[in-house]
Amino acid sequence: MTDQRSPRPGNEDALPARPGSVPGTGEHSHDDGREPGREVEHHHGDPVADPGLHEHVPRPSDVDPALDKRAERLVATMFGLSALLTLAFCVAYFAIPEDAVVANTSAMNLALGGTLGLALLFIGFGAVHWARTLMDDHEIVELRHDAASPAEDRAEAVATIEQGNTESGFGRRPLIRNTLVASMGALGLPTVVLLRDLGPLPGSDPKTTVWANGVRVVEDPSGEPIRPEELTVGSLVNCEPGVFFETDEEGEPLYEGTELLNAKAKAAVIVVKMAPEEITPTEGREDWGVDGVLCFSKICPHLGCPISLWEQQTRNLICPCHQSTFDLADGGSVVFGPAKRPVPQLQLGVDDDGYLIALGDFADPVGPSFPEMYQD
Amino acid sequence: MSQTEAPARKGGLAAGPLAGPTAWLDDRVGLATIVKKNLRKVFPDHWSFLLGEIALYSFIILLLSGTFLSVWFKPSMAEIIYTGSYDPLYGIEMSEAYASTLDISFDVRGGLLMRQIHHWAAALFLAAMMVHMLRVFFTGAYRKPRELNWLVGLGLLQLGIIEGFAGYSLPDDLLSGTGLRIAEGLMRSIPIVGTYISFFVFGGEFPGNEFIPRLYVAHVLLVPGILLALITLHMVLLVYHKHTQWPGPGRTNNNVVGYPLLPVYAAKAGGFFFVVFGVTALMGALFQINPVWVFGPYNPSQVTAGSQPDFYMGWLDGALRIMPAWEFTILDWTFSMNVFIPGVALMGLLFTILGAYPFVEQWVTGDRRVHHLLQRPRNAPTRTAFGAAGITAYGLLWISGGNDIIATQFQLDFYWITRLLRVLVFVGPVLAFVATRRVCIGLQRKDAEVVVHGFETGIITRSPDGEYSERHLPLSPAEAWTLSAHDRTEPAGLPAASDHNGVAAPHGRVEQVRGRLSRFWVGHDHQKPTADEVREAHEHHADDDELEPAEQQFGGVNELGVPRRH
Repeated sequence: MTDQRSPRPGNEDALPARPGSVPGTGEHSHDDGREPGREVEHHHGDPVADPGLHEHVPRPSDVDPALDKRAERLVATMFGLSALLTLAFCVAYFAIPEDAVVANTSAMNLALGGTLGLALLFIGFGAVHWARTLMDDHEIVELRHDAASPAEDRAEAVATIEQGNTESGFGRRPLIRNTLVASMGALGLPTVVLLRDLGPLPGSDPKTTVWANGVRVVEDPSGEPIRPEELTVGSLVNCEPGVFFETDEEGEPLYEGTELLNAKAKAAVIVVKMAPEEITPTEGREDWGVDGVLCFSKICPHLGCPISLWEQQTRNLICPCHQSTFDLADGGSVVFGPAKRPVPQLQLGVDDDGYLIALGDFADPVGPSFPEMYQD
Repeated sequence: MSQTEAPARKGGLAAGPLAGPTAWLDDRVGLATIVKKNLRKVFPDHWSFLLGEIALYSFIILLLSGTFLSVWFKPSMAEIIYTGSYDPLYGIEMSEAYASTLDISFDVRGGLLMRQIHHWAAALFLAAMMVHMLRVFFTGAYRKPRELNWLVGLGLLQLGIIEGFAGYSLPDDLLSGTGLRIAEGLMRSIPIVGTYISFFVFGGEFPGNEFIPRLYVAHVLLVPGILLALITLHMVLLVYHKHTQWPGPGRTNNNVVGYPLLPVYAAKAGGFFFVVFGVTALMGALFQINPVWVFGPYNPSQVTAGSQPDFYMGWLDGALRIMPAWEFTILDWTFSMNVFIPGVALMGLLFTILGAYPFVEQWVTGDRRVHHLLQRPRNAPTRTAFGAAGITAYGLLWISGGNDIIATQFQLDFYWITRLLRVLVFVGPVLAFVATRRVCIGLQRKDAEVVVHGFETGIITRSPDGEYSERHLPLSPAEAWTLSAHDRTEPAGLPAASDHNGVAAPHGRVEQVRGRLSRFWVGHDHQKPTADEVREAHEHHADDDELEPAEQQFGGVNELGVPRRH
């Protein structure tokens, strides 16, 4: 192929297109009398020749004054309608009661959005129609320039930089140059160091929850304690640690606000009751339930969504976010899906009043996996 | 412009030397020179060039509506009791962020409209950027000298995705909190440093009370600032390079044919801004989006079934869903590849491929020429096939993001769908590649055939000696040129691995690879006919009574067998 980079043309004014002429062939006369200095475009191996620009075909509105007038009226009508709709928008803002409902939706929202949307559309349609029917529609040809600078500019630029280098001695005094580079580089450190207080170091926080020996397992959101015998086989109850509902000596809740949310994000559990013969407990966890009542973390070990879909028949628990499926009759093991670890189990017991309590914290990390998960 | 006999009005722009405020301004900033140079700048016309405009305009709409929302939104995770006018949530504890979003929706007039315009415009912004990028890809508009602008556009898309996610996470409702919970899980999955990153980003454990204010600053200042800077750069480069154009009569690699900025493009593009704004306003009025009051405040122990992110996050969610449970522990460090690969690495992979593509193509094909003429997708079959493969992979991952919905809506087995998608996501792109390349080459053959022989008319004539032949309708010169104005392609020759003395050629191995890749890339392209072939065909047809060339596009034949012309 030929080198497609053309020499730089002499001027950058747009040239009116001429029907049948191939722009860039040097056919154009130039007001300043300069020759464009371009060669005839030659396409090696093109099967047919470039016929040049189409002849300009006048539009109906160019030749028929009635159509021209009609287009003008149409554009003006759209602009006028737009202004009226904008006024209607302002009227609706003050006139429509905020709680009015039309067609099951907010009347205010419908009126404001409808008037504003149509007002904007009419401006848009009007402007586009004006451009398409009434504005001059002769195509114009503009010549392209190389993106690259001309060779002499490049040479001059290099010389200028070289001059700066010589006058400053940047290249000649490596001691100054290197210490400057080092000092600038060092400034990167504070930008990192200053971010240290973005947050505390993780420590053991991701591994612990508020569950401890003796903490009651209570219903969410009522806070009612649970007697294992009151649960029916096959049922699932959303539960929380009882401490979320307790208060200190001054009557202030032990956990509130952000602290409560942080604790809840790890401590939410579900309690299920199954027929004891259905359960295949994990080895060493045979006594973690109470009469077929088992307790598992509600936080998915995949990405932390609350696992809430309970299939009573299969005793499967499904996460609604990424569909990891866990078999609660089999120690919470993964049946399907992207989760790797079983959903952590909480060891249950009964206190002196016959209510469900935890016998300690989770044995396995709760929530999404993290690198230090299995470190001591 | 037109020289009328009417005396030039005093102070009018056309009246000669500048006067009044324009002169005042020009005295200080030299406005006239800029105006002279740029106001008649030519832009070529094509519907596909509007896609980038939609992205630009929706960004402006986002700035306008977002400024309105920021007046009332309170980026705070402090827990308060809601006392606004939405009854079902009255008296419930929630964050100030969520409460102020409810206030904007119910107690600020026009607030709901602005929220919905903002969200629809965000979806439109992302969608327009994606489709615009596909247009640029499939037409080869990223080729020299526009590679840098392709990278700028890629940066815009990445930032747009982050900005969108940040935006729909801010209201702190149950759905957005679930999204943040997942984002936190993704951070944790980063090998070795994941927990630290999560703790630094969230200011401690999830959810904490630091994150929404931090996200807010990123959403309203940091990311939009960078977006604005990159959009400016994108536009400056566009103006500097001048827009690409489709090949056609009179359109060459050295010119740009179209309409001037003033007045035609100012009216068309300016008008189109109002059209885009009007459409988003109507969508805000008519179509509900992100009804946060339905979801309730964020509570880490609750979730709604069928939770779905915004559409541009769907493919990542899908990848997370179909990834097998691959997690292992080495030397006490746990590596959650089931989360890291789909959730973090995949996005990096996609953008690396997209960023590298122009340079890889340039290296393989050895085409370092400047290109201002667009290619029809069929004329770059391998690129188009890669694009189709990419779209297929993306689409399958996106479908995976709804595998539960597909299972419930179509009564299909969920496990089966997921397993099928695990296979399809690898097989589908290969099939798409092969099929697309075949179709492209077939279309190239068709084009070449039509240039040489003209259109088939379906008119069968019987010659006096009983011979039957079909009449062909030659193309108009303009059509023939348009169909054959593209470059020929040629695979790079394989260099010898060693010279005649057995000395290995420098870079011999690399060049061998390049040669093979280049044959794979363009070796199967069907080349346009040569001038000789066209001439021969015309001489051959001259014996038949060939029809007159069509002035306009051939539109088939009517019931009498006469070609239609538009």
